[in-house]
Amino acid sequence: MSGGAGPAQGGLAGLAPMLARRLASSAVTLVLVTLVIFALANLLPGDAAQEMLGQSATPEQVAALRHQMGLDRPAALRYVGWIAGLVHGDPGQSLVAGMPVREIIAERLPHSLMLAGLTTLVAVPLALIIGMGAAIHRGGWVDRALNIGTLSLVAIPEFLVATLGVLVFSVWLRWLPSIALVSAEATWGETLRSCALPILSLTVVVVAQMARMTRAAIVDQMDRPYVEMARLKGAGTARVVLRHILPNAIGPVVNAMALSLSYLLGGAIIVETIFNFPGLASLMVNAVTSRDMPLLQACAMIFCGAYLMLMLVADVVAIVANPRLRAQ
Amino acid sequence: MGARVPHVRVENLRVLVPSKGGDIAIIDNISFAIGRGEVLALIGESGSGKSTTALAVMGWCRHGSRIGGGQIFVGETEISALSEAELRPIRGRRIAYIAQSAAAAFNPSRTIIDQVVEPALIHGLMSRQQAENKAVSLFRALSLPMAESIGNRYPHQVSGGQLQRLMAAMALITEPELVILDEPTTALDVTTQVEVLKCFKAALAQAGASAIYVSHDLAVVAQMADRIAVLKQGTLREEGPAAQVLENPRDAYTSSLLSAVRPAPVAAKAPCDAAPLLAIRGLVAGYGALRDGVPSVPVLRDISLELQRGGTLGIIGESGSGKSTLARVIAGLLPAAQGQVLLDGTPLPPAVAGRSRAQLRQIQMVFQNADTALNPAHSVAGILGRPLEFYHGLKGDAATCRIAELMELIRLPRDLIHRPVRELSGGQKQRVNLARALAAQPQVLLCDEVTSALDTVVGAAIMRLIDDLRRELGIATVFISHDIHAVSAFCEDVLVLYGGAPVEMASREVFNGASHHPYTRLLLSSLPAMDPAWLGRVQPPVPTCAAAQCADLCRFVQRCPVAVPGLCDRVAPPVHAIPGQRWLCHFAPTSVTERDQA
Amino acid sequence: MSAGAMRNAAAFVTGLPWAGRIGGGLVAFWLIVAVAGPWVAPHAVGAFVDSETFSPMSGRFWLGSDYLGRDVLSRLLSAARYTVFLGLGAALVACTIGTTLALTAALWSGWVDEVIARAMDTMNSIPSKILALVLVAAAGSSLPLLLVICAVTYVPGNFRIARALAMNLVGLDFVTVARARGESRRYIALHEVLPNMIHPLLADMGLRFVFIVLLLSGLSFLGLGVQPPYADLGSLVRENISGLTEGAPAIFAPALAIASLTVGANLLIDATKQEKA
Repeated sequence: MSGGAGPAQGGLAGLAPMLARRLASSAVTLVLVTLVIFALANLLPGDAAQEMLGQSATPEQVAALRHQMGLDRPAALRYVGWIAGLVHGDPGQSLVAGMPVREIIAERLPHSLMLAGLTTLVAVPLALIIGMGAAIHRGGWVDRALNIGTLSLVAIPEFLVATLGVLVFSVWLRWLPSIALVSAEATWGETLRSCALPILSLTVVVVAQMARMTRAAIVDQMDRPYVEMARLKGAGTARVVLRHILPNAIGPVVNAMALSLSYLLGGAIIVETIFNFPGLASLMVNAVTSRDMPLLQACAMIFCGAYLMLMLVADVVAIVANPRLRAQ
Repeated sequence: MGARVPHVRVENLRVLVPSKGGDIAIIDNISFAIGRGEVLALIGESGSGKSTTALAVMGWCRHGSRIGGGQIFVGETEISALSEAELRPIRGRRIAYIAQSAAAAFNPSRTIIDQVVEPALIHGLMSRQQAENKAVSLFRALSLPMAESIGNRYPHQVSGGQLQRLMAAMALITEPELVILDEPTTALDVTTQVEVLKCFKAALAQAGASAIYVSHDLAVVAQMADRIAVLKQGTLREEGPAAQVLENPRDAYTSSLLSAVRPAPVAAKAPCDAAPLLAIRGLVAGYGALRDGVPSVPVLRDISLELQRGGTLGIIGESGSGKSTLARVIAGLLPAAQGQVLLDGTPLPPAVAGRSRAQLRQIQMVFQNADTALNPAHSVAGILGRPLEFYHGLKGDAATCRIAELMELIRLPRDLIHRPVRELSGGQKQRVNLARALAAQPQVLLCDEVTSALDTVVGAAIMRLIDDLRRELGIATVFISHDIHAVSAFCEDVLVLYGGAPVEMASREVFNGASHHPYTRLLLSSLPAMDPAWLGRVQPPVPTCAAAQCADLCRFVQRCPVAVPGLCDRVAPPVHAIPGQRWLCHFAPTSVTERDQA
Repeated sequence: MSAGAMRNAAAFVTGLPWAGRIGGGLVAFWLIVAVAGPWVAPHAVGAFVDSETFSPMSGRFWLGSDYLGRDVLSRLLSAARYTVFLGLGAALVACTIGTTLALTAALWSGWVDEVIARAMDTMNSIPSKILALVLVAAAGSSLPLLLVICAVTYVPGNFRIARALAMNLVGLDFVTVARARGESRRYIALHEVLPNMIHPLLADMGLRFVFIVLLLSGLSFLGLGVQPPYADLGSLVRENISGLTEGAPAIFAPALAIASLTVGANLLIDATKQEKA
């Protein structure tokens, strides 16, 4: 311990193996996720060929279409084919739209990213303020009020938030449109106005969870002896929070942010549907309704990949922020 | 000194904790005074309010408690009348605090120097550069190694003893007039404690600061304090000059504390030459994958010992010496990599899964911490009933009857039988913990630090109870402990472990003599004596060999004051044996002693 | 004995903070509605009783009428049982499976733990709504299937909590004592570890219930959950979505009903947690 453990060990060089291990673990999980998604999507014998041709089709017609779609090959081969396609950026052909899944997604993905990005910009600072405010006033009426408020908010269904938003801002006040139209010609101002309600709804959905976890991460540090020590050195509240608690809470707080943002992926499904927002989540709902498996699988993989990416980023931040992990 | 106005005055202090039925006083009517430059020790057991009192002098109350009466003066300032904002310029400036566990009190995410200079910067006493220079000179004064660079490390990169001294530097950097030390050496091993105590004493004397020293350890207090205040359950039992309190205590409670520290030796059994009940031969054990029969993280190396029927063996060593691991290997919880454990001449299968119920019944273990060793979801009857049913097939009335007998044996009232264990006191829990082991009717009892989680007086009672019962029932007992006084009082044989190696094995008579392995000598010389002059006399050993650690060599070579370069760092030590003693060293104990004195 | 139980229950309620009591009251209310709802409904569930659609609240139709002129209150009273009982059933199944797996993983350790933990980790990497959508697309959405889908979706979450709890307990000395005594893993799991997990597990089951009710309502709202002729609270919101521009109670009543159930459950769980802390 005391020997050669100089400050140099705290440098970034020691991080590489740990980051590599973390990355490899994510990659393994991603591969396992593809297996699960593929297995689930191909669970039932009733297949797309039958679905497309309807009940009146003859067995010969179905068999011919099955062959044409490659559905008569063994599952393992189809899985390998699917994975190979994914790696090359070609997740197959949509059964319903009859066009490459890639093109459909390429059209929708930017919209979803924009919605998620704008929501993050609003939600993260808001959640940090609420969470830190509650933690600093722990046990006081501010904290208790925020606790009840956020506790209620996390349990409210997204469609209630969204429909109330429409009722208030579109129907009664007539400030904002109830349908989110996104077009390439629209100016940023127009886009923002038409996306305001979806962003507002999503923010309400994620901010409560994020704020609660931020509070928990900070409160967890507040009882540590080093915080008492800092106070007994004569440090004021601002110094204790900013210089002592925050460096230790960064890991858990970033983790909380990542978890909550990953919740956006699910929350977006309802919100996009209500506002007719042309994003990836509503696309996935359509894929479920029409049982368009190639499209569904691709959408699911994007959501899972995004989740894994968020968790990876959170872990890397936690590792870099913690000198103990850094020096291991 | 007596005629001058005291530096610190505490008068009729009360500290209150709010509860549903009104406030409860956890500190009630405590008064004392400290002269300038004096050290006052606050001693007492857990829950006595000694830390609460010391922190109240800084105006700091933990967990929603508050000062509910009385006055505290430090110099001219009335601490008890100040607001939180008015206290801030005093904390860390005029009054500094040294916490029990430096490992927890240092912020893990910031460098040490950052935290050491922080009090000076908060109070605007000097520039960062000046503060860092001052810190380095304090590091030197506290004999820290690499004083220039140690501050650039993070807290987890230095040892516990160093961290404790670094915290002293943090406290002293503002040249405070009063330092509060809250059990500052309790978390340290006994050999580390000596050096830290020496540093603290010298630093305090040099700074000329007054101090409040909080401790439960009378012998440590004897070294540090000018005056001693004895606290019990929030009240002051006795206060006076250190020598008077230690030598002529006026309060009965103080006397009981003093007598619990040094238990009187119990009579040994007549030695018998019968075949040993428990024998261990060439034991190697550890964690991780095996390579050539050696685990990747070896903990125990080549242990051999014997225990007679009804005999007692004490195993002592510092944390990390492998003493608890040895108990786990004997109990079958950690299978040995090499060697054998024999019971009555029969080799036991290494793992619990391989042993028969009859074999398992014969060896019972009493765990250190009864809070975690007793399942909080069970009642006393449930806990005692299970081994009766499991080993003896007792159920219903027969079991109830036997449980009542066991309760009598451990001297607990019968009406506790149906209580959930979480409602029992610490001492009661440890008795139930013992009764569970006795319920199996074992031949060997393994006691792993059974008193270390208890207060001194309660712990002493438990040790006497175990000793009584093992005599009455004829059970061979292994005491694992870091408390050398207890072990040498209760055990016929003593095994000393260092770094997993059995450095010395001796009968009690020999162990109480003068010839020892160098490590045992260090251990014994590090035990604080009640004599206040002891700390001045004791000399921490100066290592003579800067050898790298290597599996086969003497484990102690890096710290040994008599190691010979070229021999001890090259060749594995042989085992020497004389009647009543066995040790692992290149030198015979007598020659070691002579060399040391020369 | 039952008098004692009553006293305990009374002590439990009076010990709760006011938010917890409100939550408990809401949960109790919806449990009663789920059991007795159809018997107290003023109108038949499917009856077209109003000539107007989306009529506002009135003395005759307390919650107005829906898009086909049916009584919203009556429909809500009968829909609640699908939401409540599917939620309870799925939460129970999810927690039973998750906790069983967690105890297995914690006590058998080694490769068994590795395999189970890896599998659950993988499932956890699929956001729950996405997993539920894939399952619905693959299997369909009959009532029993919906229960299974909701349960499967929340097994990994319960597993994670239960495994962490079990791992902490397995490291404690009383488990080591039992192992040293020679007890079987099964005995240790059921008698030493599980009794100490009950309280946090009940709290977790409550949380799963909230999540499942939200998931199920969401699926029904998308038209992928409970299918006609059955209808849960989420289905009611969906079928009346066209009343949004009129601010019809037909859309807000069922949505608020769901919110009052889940918020109530959340407040109750939070209060019981603070009670123990």
